[in-house]
Parts: sequence; structure tokens; C-alpha cells
Amino acid sequence: MSDAHDAKLVEEGAALARRPGRTTTPVPAVPENWAGVAHADPLSRGHRGYVGTPLARLDGPVKVRGRAPFAAEYGYDDLAYAALAYSTIPKGRMTGLDTAAAEASPGVVLVLTHRNAPRLNPQPGYDMSLRDPGIGFERLPVMQDDRVHWNGQPIALVLAETQEQADHAASLIHATYAAEPAVTSFAAALAAGTRPLEIFGRRIRVELGDAEQALAASAVSVDETYRTPPHHHNTIEPHAVTVAWHGDELRVHDSTQGVLHTAWTLGQILGIDPARIRVTSPFVGGGFGVKVLWQHHVLAAVASRTAGRPVRLALSREGVFRMTGGRPPAEQRVAVGADEDGRIRAIVHTGAYATTRHSPWPEPLSMASQNHYASDAFVLDTSMAYADLVQNCSMRTPGSTIGFFALESAVDELAGKLGMDPIELRLRNETATNPIGGKPFSSRHAAEAWRAGAERFGWSRRSPVPGSVRDGEWLAGMGCAMVSHHYQRRPGGAARIRLTADGRARAEVAAHEMGMGTATVQSQILADRLGLDIDRVSVGYGDSAMPGRFLAVGSSQSAGIGGALLAATRNLMDELLKLVRDGSPLAGLTLAEVGAVNGGLAALDDPSRHESYESVLARAGRAELVVEGSGEPPAEMANVSMFSFGAIFCEVRVSSVTGETRVSRILGSIDCGRVLNPRTAASQFRGGIVMGLGAALTEETVFDDRNGRIVNASLGDYHVPAHLDVPPIDLIWTDIPDPYAPAGARGIGELSSTGVAPAVANAIHNATGRRIRDLPITPEKLL
Amino acid sequence: MTEDGGPVRINGSPVALPDDPRVSLLDLLREQAGLHGTKKGCDQGACGACTVLVDGQRVLSCLALAVQYAGREVVTIEGLSEGDTPHPLQRAFVEHEGFQCGYCTPGQICSALGMMAEVERGVPSYVTADLGAATAGLDGDELRERMSGNLCRCGAYNGIADAVAETFAGRTR
Amino acid sequence: MIPFTYARAGDEEDAVRLAGTAGSTYLGGGTNLVDLLRRTVERPSALVDVTGLSSSIEDSGGGLMIGAAARNTAVAEHRLVRTRYPVLSRAILAGASGQIRNMATVGGNLLQRTRCPYFYDVAGYRCNKRNPGEGCDAVGGPHRGHAILGASPACIAVHPSDMCVALAALDADVHLRGAGGSRLVPLTGLHRLPGTHPEIETVLAPGELITGVQLPAPVTGERSAYRKVRDRASYAFALVSVAALLGVQDGVVTSARLALGGVAPKPWRAYTAERSLIGGPATATAFRAAAEAELAAATPLRDNGFKVELAVRTITAVLDGLVREERA
Repeated sequence: MSDAHDAKLVEEGAALARRPGRTTTPVPAVPENWAGVAHADPLSRGHRGYVGTPLARLDGPVKVRGRAPFAAEYGYDDLAYAALAYSTIPKGRMTGLDTAAAEASPGVVLVLTHRNAPRLNPQPGYDMSLRDPGIGFERLPVMQDDRVHWNGQPIALVLAETQEQADHAASLIHATYAAEPAVTSFAAALAAGTRPLEIFGRRIRVELGDAEQALAASAVSVDETYRTPPHHHNTIEPHAVTVAWHGDELRVHDSTQGVLHTAWTLGQILGIDPARIRVTSPFVGGGFGVKVLWQHHVLAAVASRTAGRPVRLALSREGVFRMTGGRPPAEQRVAVGADEDGRIRAIVHTGAYATTRHSPWPEPLSMASQNHYASDAFVLDTSMAYADLVQNCSMRTPGSTIGFFALESAVDELAGKLGMDPIELRLRNETATNPIGGKPFSSRHAAEAWRAGAERFGWSRRSPVPGSVRDGEWLAGMGCAMVSHHYQRRPGGAARIRLTADGRARAEVAAHEMGMGTATVQSQILADRLGLDIDRVSVGYGDSAMPGRFLAVGSSQSAGIGGALLAATRNLMDELLKLVRDGSPLAGLTLAEVGAVNGGLAALDDPSRHESYESVLARAGRAELVVEGSGEPPAEMANVSMFSFGAIFCEVRVSSVTGETRVSRILGSIDCGRVLNPRTAASQFRGGIVMGLGAALTEETVFDDRNGRIVNASLGDYHVPAHLDVPPIDLIWTDIPDPYAPAGARGIGELSSTGVAPAVANAIHNATGRRIRDLPITPEKLL
Repeated sequence: MTEDGGPVRINGSPVALPDDPRVSLLDLLREQAGLHGTKKGCDQGACGACTVLVDGQRVLSCLALAVQYAGREVVTIEGLSEGDTPHPLQRAFVEHEGFQCGYCTPGQICSALGMMAEVERGVPSYVTADLGAATAGLDGDELRERMSGNLCRCGAYNGIADAVAETFAGRTR
Repeated sequence: MIPFTYARAGDEEDAVRLAGTAGSTYLGGGTNLVDLLRRTVERPSALVDVTGLSSSIEDSGGGLMIGAAARNTAVAEHRLVRTRYPVLSRAILAGASGQIRNMATVGGNLLQRTRCPYFYDVAGYRCNKRNPGEGCDAVGGPHRGHAILGASPACIAVHPSDMCVALAALDADVHLRGAGGSRLVPLTGLHRLPGTHPEIETVLAPGELITGVQLPAPVTGERSAYRKVRDRASYAFALVSVAALLGVQDGVVTSARLALGGVAPKPWRAYTAERSLIGGPATATAFRAAAEAELAAATPLRDNGFKVELAVRTITAVLDGLVREERA
């Protein structure tokens, strides 16, 4: 892990783990050109070892003792503390910027504004083509001119000896403005007209058959509008960096989902070789899509260079709201038409969301309807409406969290009109091939997930008559909805493995631990691929100096590391065979003939021909063997459609007096390929469900439509779920390995959150007879 | 004016109070005492990440001006282990996945310890049916209501509740 | 925070003397003031820490005397409070979190300031509480959480306390001490409605100190309840809260004390509803009529009209619940 990591505590974590024992049959290397070949990876073939066992997370002991260092916790002699001042108008120019009082304030080292900031290159932003490792969402110049682009833009940075002094001085900065007309509400943005969303330079519109005609011809149909508000990620750790220049080299202690990308992007903006920037991020206090490069990275680096001192810039909670964006507001139309027997004939899913003109960022909400129901005809499209608001960005399951709310509410409404059980309706429209494009699914067990979930949840006890179950003032109901998320392995993954003479292996990947259990799960995989005990392997991550181009986004990181590690382990085994000397039991064997087991290599057809890693290295006179490996291009998606599936079931109680909703039971039934670690996977599923509960019932970033300023810029006013909002969450999974995915596992970070809001809304309908089509479902909507 | 207390004691050691009365107990811990285990999540009393124990009671160190705590005994997450042996609750958090990112975790753990002291004292909660009852417990909604001042955005609430319930099973009266 | 000095008061006299300096503010548990200092909403030059003053909770002729420095938890858990005034316990426990209740004092709770986000956003918005006369940006902005009773065009902020709602219903008195001596004001008279001067929130004179809260003896035969409706199951301010004490004999209401939170710039004693209730039948219909009578004075705005119906329903349900409890 990090240089600051406490090895003793890591060992203790391993000791705490339940250890079922290492693999006992030799595990062969994954052959080259595996991507696209079914069951090429032995770990996807029913292999038993550490993979699939509930190892306790290795980062546990340091975290529960408060010894895990986060970005704002690195000390330097002479550290200066930064604070920001923010604009108070949405658009225009600063006509005056009075910094005199701040500059004269005790302890102030520097006041940085557009007047004295050094010239910087433009922000390259995220590269949709994936050619360059850009990471920022917003591409505006950082403090380069007097222009204001949104209400809450940083207009000045104050550096002082203490945080108290910096905060106070920042409060003394006063700007005057020449305001310009601005689009400060979603409604105004929609009224000004929308533009089609393009990704990779292409529209995402999908048209199959004549959906409107098929809709009109359907025996039964629904056609409704669904509205969802903006959301903020609200990681409990606010964004922070501690930066220090050593000559012309920049050290960044960050909280990020992209160490390499941050280094590269900062290099472009600052005009220096990215190799001279080292970004580490051993622990990330929550990410969910928002821990990427924002202006504070640039400002801290610039302030540090200007002042000649190390700088800490930790955003206040208000600052997080002001200058980092979240999920945009959206308005969607979903229409679904079906035969009387429930066979879906048409799906129309169109909608628009708000983004910025300068840095349009996709929220592909219509893609939610793209891969699931076996409809004859589709029209699916997403449009953008430009507004002068804080930059929107990806938030746990971009497009899907709100897209599924619309789709899965509509399907529930359709079931109601058909007089059909909503699960039965979904089962009748199951498909083995992707209805768009026709590729077969790599592994789709959605129907099993639905049936197992219904059984476990007691769905048969649900009254089909809305509003018919009452317990005193409380109305009770059950609802369900599909979850799904695409599999993704991003190109550029690479790993380094260092095997040492004591028979230990350490892998290094420039990847991220935001709480998913990255190091734990990858250690399990590494141990199995190398036939080592779990406490003889370690996985380093969170350092831009390590190999690979990883982003902890899109539920893609595990597959990305997996693809890199299997290549690196193959290379390691290959190199080891080259070191084998005459007299070794392994002499004469080729890579295809050996597997890793019992701390060394063995012949696949005769495991008694075995030599330990220690022995191989010792005989060769080597203290260590270091290899690298790169993930193959993600060809596994070429001929199959790779998605995870599942269903959310929930039971709600709604007060007939106050309209308050309480979720009393919830179950996730998941089909995500192989579950690599049931313990950490369950945490991810539960976490997604809790975030979905927030979207369903309590969360909304409230913008003031008059000026585009966020009104509830605090955790007191923005209500993320609290303990009492969250009932025990039950989980089951199919655990059927995906033959095309490394280790048989598809990504899971975002899957469970997709169907929660519709499941809750559907349960509320079942409880009350009220259909709520705009989130969050606050008490007044049910009065 | 009274002159009680002198320095604040943190995990058993005296720490001088700051000259600047604006310094919060949280910033005293993090920036002056070098104890980063106590986290800053909102700095306005809305998340619970900065929870520490003062004379055994759970408080929010972000809303506490350090100068108010002269002579008080502060225990932070760093003060809970006996040497290298973690507190049973810390161990239970690992066992039950009472966290993901780990940022709210020290606050959750300190809060749970303070909460148990309240329960053992018989302090009721908003969801306690009979306020006149001499005893308190963790059944039903009690644990979750009492822990609701500690937000966890990773959504590890189930694991936290399980860890706390297991650790303190039988400790309610 | 702007720079300030800090002094700890040894006794009441000391406190009042220290606070005699212009720009001084009393500091209790800090749970509201420290936040306001950090946001530069409050800009005192000197803080006078009064947490060392009386925190005793004692019987007082069948009633109760609570020192202003008593922490919220200490009040909520006190045996006499739980047995004589359970509505007060319940209201305190409905507020904030365990940690905050351990810090917050009774005096500070009485003087806590609105959580109106426009009041808090010093850089971004106009606020007549912060800068008298500059205007109120809440009136035209999103104001779902704002007041429906007692507000004025100058200010629509709500008082955030739960504890005060119970105290208002309980006919509590507040002990004050200033340079000129001590006095007693009823809790219902402590807070002022905004009118044209929302910056003046209480009847306290400059430098006057809250030293305690006195509760009269409980009314025999009354049952009580506190119910809070909010956006989140816990740890959120009220959309509407109701403190109710109800006496019923032979199906007729003999006494009724009712106060509302989350709807007004002060803890709102519902006198109109009480008048409607007393002497009338203890039925849901009568309760709803009383609630509607109280809310007839409501002046909802664009976003907060739901609070009218929500308050009516909650009052009705709480009173109805007390009658059912009585029967059971």
C-alpha cells in the first residue's frame, strides 16, 4: 500500500481474516489472447482457493485505529494552509476584487487571484477517446481571467500560517461584478432548447423499428414523465490535497480515483512533464465519481509554487458543493407498450438533463432501457440542456440511477394496467440476446435472480391491491425493480510483480482503494494465481509511479487490474521457467505445462514435479524477479454482451398521517458473475442500496433558480440517509462465473444502486396507491 | 474568571491549549497534537466524523472550541487500543465490515462507545417507548436511532450496527 | 471566524460583568455558536463561557428548576423530567444527535438561531437578520422549510428548537439576569416575532444572561406527547413538530396545551387550538377542527403550503393518540 503503511497492522489484518487455505491444484497461466475466449481463465472455471472466500479486508486494522492517512493528513515543515473564496453570481465579469483586507490579515502568506496567478495551459479534461489520461470534468481556465462561469466558482485563494487565519482572510475578500444574462434553472435550460448527447463523437440515439407506431398499436401502454433532481456525492471526506514542490518536481498527496490521470492532467495544465509529478492516494474517503481533478488541485499546486511552501488545501463542506458538481437534474419520458399477455412491443425512453456549455458531460439516462427487455421496437435518446451551473459529473451509476427510476417505474405501472404481477411481467420479457444489436449475453441469469429473490423476500405475500395493507396509521407495501450494469474493462491496465527470494510476491498497480476492498480482493486473486498463502502476497496501489492506467470508475477497476495481473503472472511464470536449472523437477516444462501451487510451480499433469519459488530463485542466484504485464485490449466484449443483472425487493411503510416513508425491509438478488469476496462484495451492494435509498427518499441538491446558487450546501440540509433510515439489507447472489471476465467476475460497484429508487417508488405505490414520478419522495408528495 | 484545569489531556497526555481561541478541539487534535484519526467531514456538526469522548461522553470536536476543554480528559480513536491490541469494538468493525472507505469509522467507533455509556446509564432515546423505564437497550430501532448522528456515505450502516450489537451484547440493563 | 477573546465566567455576576463589554457574546456548548462563528454569521469580539454556571436540575415546589448550563442530555435523562415532563424528554431526544445533546446547554438551546440557509450564506444572500433592512432572499427563493405562522415579509425563518416547543407547551418560565438585576419571563414571551426587526429575536436586553428555566408542577391527569415530522428518520430538523398535553374527563377535554415547531419564527404556542379544544369533545373531528382553527392564520408561500395540512394532520393524530392511550 502506501509508504506510510504499517506493515504490522497489515499482517494482523491477514491474521484476522478467515483463511480457508490456498489453492491445492496447480493453476495454469492464462494464455495470451484470452480476451474473447470463453473460460480461458482458470479462475472462471470453478477454481477453489482464496477467491470466493470472505477474507476480512486487509485495510481494516489501520482504518479502525484511525491510522490510515488521508490526503489532508500529511505534514510538512513550513506547511501553509489554503482557503478559497467563491463567486456569488452565475455569470459575468469581476469588475473589482478587493483583496487588501485579506492581504493585511494576520498570518496571510499569499492571496492568489486571476491578477497574480501564473499563466496556465487549458485543462485538457477527460478524453472520451481514452487516448490521453485526462481526468477533469470541467475544462475552464483556472483563475486566468476575470470571468465568472457559475455561482460558486473559486475567485481567490488565501494562503496563511494556520487554517483559522486562512479561513478568516478568505471571508474578507470582496468582489464586485458586472453580471451577464445566465441560464440558472433546468426549466430555463430546457426552454432554450436541447442538443443530442454524443459520446465518442456519436449520438447515443437508438432506433429499432417504429416504436411510436408500435406503442400506439399496443393493447396496453403507459406513457409518463419522470423528474429527478440534482444530487451530490457527499463523500464524508471532503476533497483535499497536500502538495509540495521539490525543485521542479511536484508531490501531491491526494484523494483521487485516478492517480496517474491526475498527474498527467496537472502536468498538462502546469506545463511540466507528468513524470515529474507524483500523485499518491493510499486511502480515499469515499469517491462515487467525484474524486477527480477539480480546480483545487491546480490552485494548490500554483499557490505552493508561488509561495515556495508546501500547501494543504482541504475543501470545506460548502466548498465541495460550490465547486464540485454532481448528478444533474433530468426530465424523462418513458413509454412502454405491450400485448395483453404482457409481451413488450415498444419502449420509448427519451429525456434531457442539464450540463454546461463549456464542458458538456454525459448523463446517458436513456441507455438504461437499452439492453434488457425483449421489445420489438425502441426509441432511446438523451439530450443536453445547457445551464450556467456548477459542472455536472459522474455519480455512482451515471445515467442508470435516474434512467432506471423512469424505466422501472413505468414497467411497474404497465404491470398494474395489465393486472399482472410485476415480476411475471419481467420474466415474460426475458431475453438471451441483447435486444439492441442481437449479441448473446456472456452470462445472464436474471430470471434466476428474480425467482430466488421473490422466494426469499416472500413476494407471494404481497397484496396486489394498492393501499390494502394497513397497520394503524401506517400503510405497508412491497415493490421491486431490476438492477443492471454493464461490464467494462478499460484499456491501459498494467501491473508489476516482484517475487523475492523469501517466496513472497508483491504486485503493484496504479489503482485505487476507496473502500471497495481493492487490495484485499486482488491479494486473493494474486495468491491463487501464484499458489501462495495470502500472507505471502501484497498488492500496492494508489501511486502514480506504479504501472497501469487505471480509473476507479464505471465498476471497471477490478476487471482492469484482473486483466493486468493475469498477464503479469503469466510473464512471471514464463520468466521463472527460464531460470529453471537442470536437475529441477520443472526442467524441460513449458509455460503451458505448468501451474502455480504450494508456493511454486508444478507440472499440471504431475503435481509432484514441483519446485518452490525460493528454490528456483536460489538456484538461479537471484534475490528477486521483477516482471510487468499489460492487460490485453478488452476484446472480451467483441462478440458477447456483458452485463450484470439482479433485482431489488423492498417493503415500505408510509404514514397516512404525515406522508413519511420508512423502508422496513430490502433485499438485493444479484447476478454479477463470480463473487470474489462475499464480504467486501456485500458491502458494495449494501452501499449502493443505501445511496439508492437516499435518491429515493431524501436527497436533492437545491439550486436557487434565480441565481444558480446551491441553497442547501451542507450535510445538515442535504439529507443523506442516516442509520435509522437504513434497515437490515438482505443479499443473495447467483455466483455463476462469467466465462469471459477475468476471474469470472463482472464489476459490482454500481450495480445495486440502479434499481433502488424505482423499487421504493413501486413499493410506495403498492402501499398507498399513489404513483410518485418525481424524486425525492418527500412527505408532502404523499399527503 | 476561573482558572480551572490547565492543559487538556488527550489519551492520557497533557496537550497545551492553543493561543488562538478559534482553534477547535478537532483542529487541535489534527494540526497540533498530530492525531489525525479524528476526521473532519463537515466542520459544522452535521456528520459525526469528528466524534471523540470527553470525560467518557461523546461530543463533536468540530463544534468544540479547544479552550473550553481545559482540564478535561479527551479520548480519541488512537487512545482506544491497549498497546497494539485493538479494542473489541475495533475488531468487530473489521469482522462485520463496519466501514468501506474508513473515513467516518473513528467517529462511528467513538460514538458507539459513548452511546453504550449512555445506554448503561439508562438514558432513553426518541424511540424509547417508555421514558419512565429505568433501563435502556439496543433493541428494535434503538441502536440505529442512537447512532444516527454518525453518517456513513459508503452505507456500511448494517455492519456498524452488527459490530456494535455484538460487542455490547448483554451489556444493557 | 473573526478573531475574538475568550473568558470563562466563574459565576453569574462574573458572567454579566464580562459580557458588559460591547461585542461580547455568551458561549454555552458551542453547538450552534461555533458554527455561526465559522460562517462569520456571528462576529463577536469576545466570548464569555458560561458552561461553568449552574447546571443543577432540582425539584422546586412540585415543579422543576433547571440551570441554564445543564446539558440537553442531562435534562432528557433526569428522572424528574422523565416522570413529570416526559414531553420535554421526548422533545430534547428528538433534536440533533447524541453527541450534540451532550454538548448543548439549555440556555444555548433557547437562544439557538434559525437554520435558514440564506441566513447562513453570508457571501451569497441578503438577510434582514444579519444586515437589518437589506432584504430577505428566502422569500423569493426555495423556501420549503420556512415559516407558515408568525412570519413577516422581512423574515420567514423558523426557530429550529425541539426543546423549546415542549417548554412552550409546559408553560415554562425563563430566569434572566442582567446588569440591572434578575427577572422572569415566560418562555412564550422570550422570543419575538420578526415583524420589521427580525434581527431582534428575543426580549433579552444586551448582556442579559439566561440563568435557568423553571417548570410549573405538572397538571394532574394530563397525558403528553411530542411528535416530530422530518425528511429523514433521524438527525434532521422538523418540518412540523407537535408538543401536546391533554386532559380528558368523560370524553370532554378539560385541559389542552399545544405547541408547534418547524412552522414559525418562535416556538408556537397554539392558543387558538387550545381554546377550541377545551370544553369540547375529545374526538378526532374536534381535534382536526381545533388544528384547522390554529392554522387558519397560516400564510404559506409558494413552496411550504404543505406544512399547513401536515400540521393539521399531525396535531390531530397526536391528540387522537393521547386519547387512545388514555383508553388503553
